[in-house]
Amino acid sequence: MALPNKPMGETKAVRDPAVEEREVDILIVGGGMAACGTAFEIKKWMPEGMKVLLVDKAAMERSGAVAQGLSAINTYVGENGPDDYVKMVRNDLMGIVREDLIFDLGCHVDDSVHLFEEWGLPIWKKDEQGKTLDGNKGKKMGTLKSGAKPVRTGKWQIMINGESYKRIVAEAAKKALGTDNILERVFIVELILDANVPNQIAGAVGISTRENKVYIIKCKTCMIACGGAVNIYQPRSVGEGKGRAWYPVWNAGSTYTLGMKIGAELSMMENRFTPARFKDGYGPVGAWYLLFKAKSLNGLMENYAASDVAKKELEKYAPYGTAAVTPTCLRNHLMLFEMKEGRGPIIMDTVTALANLAKTMDKKELKHLESEAWEDFLDMTCGQANLWCATNTEPEKKNSEIMPTEPYLLGSHSGCCGFWVSGPDLDWVPDSYKIKADNGKVYNRMTTVNGLFTSGDGVGCSGHKFSSGSHAEGRMAAKSMVRYAKDHADYKPALSKSNQELVDLVYKPVRVFLDNCNYTTAVDINPNYIKPSGMTMRLMKATNEYGAGTATYYMTSSKNLEIAMELLQTMREDCEKLAAGDLHELMRCWEIYHRIWTVEAHLRHIQFRKETRYPGFYYQCDYPGQDDKNWFCFTNSKYDAKAGKWDTFKRDYIKIIP
Amino acid sequence: MPSYVIAEKCDGCKGGDKTACMYICPNDLMVLDTNAMKAYNQEPDQCWECFSCVKICPTQAIEVRGYSDFVPLGSSVMPMLGSEDVMWTCKFRNGLIKRFKFPVRTTPEGAANAYESLKGKDLNSELLSTEEAEGRALPRPKALVK
Repeated sequence: MALPNKPMGETKAVRDPAVEEREVDILIVGGGMAACGTAFEIKKWMPEGMKVLLVDKAAMERSGAVAQGLSAINTYVGENGPDDYVKMVRNDLMGIVREDLIFDLGCHVDDSVHLFEEWGLPIWKKDEQGKTLDGNKGKKMGTLKSGAKPVRTGKWQIMINGESYKRIVAEAAKKALGTDNILERVFIVELILDANVPNQIAGAVGISTRENKVYIIKCKTCMIACGGAVNIYQPRSVGEGKGRAWYPVWNAGSTYTLGMKIGAELSMMENRFTPARFKDGYGPVGAWYLLFKAKSLNGLMENYAASDVAKKELEKYAPYGTAAVTPTCLRNHLMLFEMKEGRGPIIMDTVTALANLAKTMDKKELKHLESEAWEDFLDMTCGQANLWCATNTEPEKKNSEIMPTEPYLLGSHSGCCGFWVSGPDLDWVPDSYKIKADNGKVYNRMTTVNGLFTSGDGVGCSGHKFSSGSHAEGRMAAKSMVRYAKDHADYKPALSKSNQELVDLVYKPVRVFLDNCNYTTAVDINPNYIKPSGMTMRLMKATNEYGAGTATYYMTSSKNLEIAMELLQTMREDCEKLAAGDLHELMRCWEIYHRIWTVEAHLRHIQFRKETRYPGFYYQCDYPGQDDKNWFCFTNSKYDAKAGKWDTFKRDYIKIIP
Repeated sequence: MPSYVIAEKCDGCKGGDKTACMYICPNDLMVLDTNAMKAYNQEPDQCWECFSCVKICPTQAIEVRGYSDFVPLGSSVMPMLGSEDVMWTCKFRNGLIKRFKFPVRTTPEGAANAYESLKGKDLNSELLSTEEAEGRALPRPKALVK
């Protein structure tokens, strides 16, 4: 027995941390693709004397969703044009999207891809015979910018050698911003409104994960780009495998919670993403479907998606279900249908796919093909490659199962939850899509809080940006932020909370721990506090059982949602008793707090939208099917911190592109 | 698939300013026990198996063991990250070994052009700095819903 009780981590937390104050014009919270885009772009527009600071919870070299690398860039518009890009995203997300935001992004995303290539990201090319060249070999065909042909898998995706994708992008971002303007290993946990100017961002408070220090940062304008939300629903693996989330396990919903708590309006928070991936390892399936032309089969080895039953099912969801490319949620819907009918498991037929490709290839080409299949995993999901090794799976000899994962919340992949933000101030953009700041001006990608911007996973109603689009969106927002800071040159931020109040707030879990840890003999079991690890399991159990998790095949109902909301209420109350003995645990306390708030927004939106817009992602069983008459609109919400109340309401959808 | 540190190989980055694995781990998992001068993964069930620590370790002291809840024992995948390529050795449970080499970048490390001297001109337009410098025009939708 460990006596006396002591915290686990290497850096013990102390009751009274040091305080470091900063004041800048522009604060960037996050260090992933979107924040790197902002970092690259912003100084090019900043006038002399303007100050900027980027704060990342981790190290930019390997932070965010691209930390591990990627095997493809999923958004490169190229020959297609932004109008078609809008149509693709609109269909995949079942009609309700912000076409202004999507078109706007489609105009700029390729510029970021061209920069990535210039910086050194290897992009696969087609040679004159249509064969694939990767790495340096592809360079002899020229750059994408100069007209070289990428290796398209789908209409929008291009293949890359992307192991060092994030390192390359972060290198340019750090250089452009200057390392003096970057704080790594600092986790921003709350944003602060101005004391005098209503609805104006004035700063942020964060904790160092390396020393007992609280950062209090004042700013005129702030970008929140800290990714989506992961480990909010019980994962299919609950032991060590909890970490093998499809999206980065460190994404704690911070983007959404930071903004919603100061009243930024959310949109489409009911939208979620439950990707179907290789079972357990969560390796990507895109290249298998698109590049290797593999089919998925049911347990009877039938190509179920091509069956008459499936076609009939899809017709129910016309025009989306009958479109040339079936929306992601409906592909899941068909898969779940097979599983529920007892025709599981779902199997990716890698054997037939590779055998078919081999027919037209010589030995050398075949070897390269095998290597491409492995690279797809090793560039972005190394663990899936190990799972193949451990189960003696050679894809040309043995098929693999695929399975829909637990739900994730995000705004950059095939999902579209996030903040309601302003579109660009262009004549073709409807007025209701433009948010007017206090000075009457419109700032692209600004939330409904003056001076607060977001990008990437933070921007709602406009999915399918992926890595490249998130970078481009961060750049677009950067320009608006400089304009905002310039237009508000005279504004002097005054925080609505005192330094002492802020320190007391963010170090509360440490004090709860220190005040109570000697009462029992086992450090994790104490009636006076709860550790973040325990709270995380509590959240996951509740969402899994009542909030349309995997336990119920993603089904929920009004009564289930009512129970989930009660459970969340007690969780929020018990968050007052979160305890942290060391700095790592303090980070975890704030992460679970962010996750709980994010889930609450998600479930409130599901409760509000009385239809099932995204079958395959979730089912509101009291309102099955789509109800275009009443619900072909955005569902938005706003939290009023003073009153402690949520407001949930509709906003009109406007079709812009025919 | 949590990372683990081989005790014999880890030298705690010789007590330098930066412990490599601790510096890089995106989820703040790798820490240095300063008494033993050895690093360890403090929360294995939150490991994303991103291999960042494996790739950066200067003494190749870090490897990865498959998640105990679904990965059979006996396999391994190990990267060797160079300045131009990454070499992977994939060892199957049945002893089969496959080796792959993939490019990682086409320019020397540190060579990314950050366009540090580029200054934008028209802050009110919607063009990004590099787009403006190239004299590009902002596209408009080809057709609008009437």
